[in-house]
Amino acid sequence: MGKNESGFVYGLKRGIPITMGYIPVGFTFGLMVASSGLPPWIAVFTSLTNLTSAGQFAGIRILLAGAGYLEIMLTTLVINLRYVLMSLSLTQKVDQGMALGQRLAISFGITDETFAVASVENGRLSFSYLSGLMIGPFLAWSGGTALGGLVSTALPPQLGSAMGIALYAMFIALIIPPAVQAHRIFGVIAISVGISVVLRYVPVFSFVSAGFRIIAAALVGAGLSAWLWPDREEQ
Amino acid sequence: MDGVIVSPVLAVLLMALVTYLTRAVPMVFFRREIRSPYVKTFFHYMPFAVLGALTFPDVFTATGSVISSVVGCTVAVLLAFRGKSMIFVTVCAITVMYILELVV
Repeated sequence: MGKNESGFVYGLKRGIPITMGYIPVGFTFGLMVASSGLPPWIAVFTSLTNLTSAGQFAGIRILLAGAGYLEIMLTTLVINLRYVLMSLSLTQKVDQGMALGQRLAISFGITDETFAVASVENGRLSFSYLSGLMIGPFLAWSGGTALGGLVSTALPPQLGSAMGIALYAMFIALIIPPAVQAHRIFGVIAISVGISVVLRYVPVFSFVSAGFRIIAAALVGAGLSAWLWPDREEQ
Repeated sequence: MDGVIVSPVLAVLLMALVTYLTRAVPMVFFRREIRSPYVKTFFHYMPFAVLGALTFPDVFTATGSVISSVVGCTVAVLLAFRGKSMIFVTVCAITVMYILELVV
């Protein structure tokens, strides 16, 4: 990364697509919570403190279903265990001299999308770059949630339903272009998707929860691919 | 919210704590540089494996109907395949889904 490309402003720019994408997804979360009967501020409070899509949706859903604290924590843990892998992966790319306080701060902003963008940057990741990258998505996530919670009653139900696709459209936009350029990346995706589909639909595996399904698919997908196609392409 | 038996605020705080720990513990306690080419490649492939598994097959049940979800997913894949930006892909997918849900 060049000097002019390593700072806060560059991070902000790189975060714009994530910021734009988080508004409709946060919005959907606000809608879901408000229409469940919980006060909208609980939705905003959740987005401010959790900053995670799948984990929040799942946690609130089972909370509404009457689950206890332990079950809620375990579900959140299993769904978000993938952050352990992402955080581990990022430790290899952040400035080695990054201070403890800075590490604690940027840890909060690790999401599927900020991780995906940060991990494809060239060179070391500075604290200013990462804070620039993460601040927009954080504000958009909480702001989108607030909007969704507030307008839940005024919105046509079809739009709420259509917004269910937003999160996945973002994921697709993140993984397809690199897969088009590199066949190995396509292979990685094919293997992990294959495992995910099998675990989801083959009855023998019906005991596997959504969180463990993602973790198994990611570990086997990346593990098998790294064995099949050992070289990093771009180096 | 008939089924709620716990304090939502405390539950949300516990969720936040668990989520934060998954992110912060490796970042704070693991500072060694990984040298193994296998592990490096593994971490290079990780985001694609995670995002792929998060998307499929769940995307097909993302909205009201399987048909509209498949159409929305196809729109997103085609646009992404042509290298369109993330925001463009997302907005187009939502728009197509919205029109479909109005019509069907």
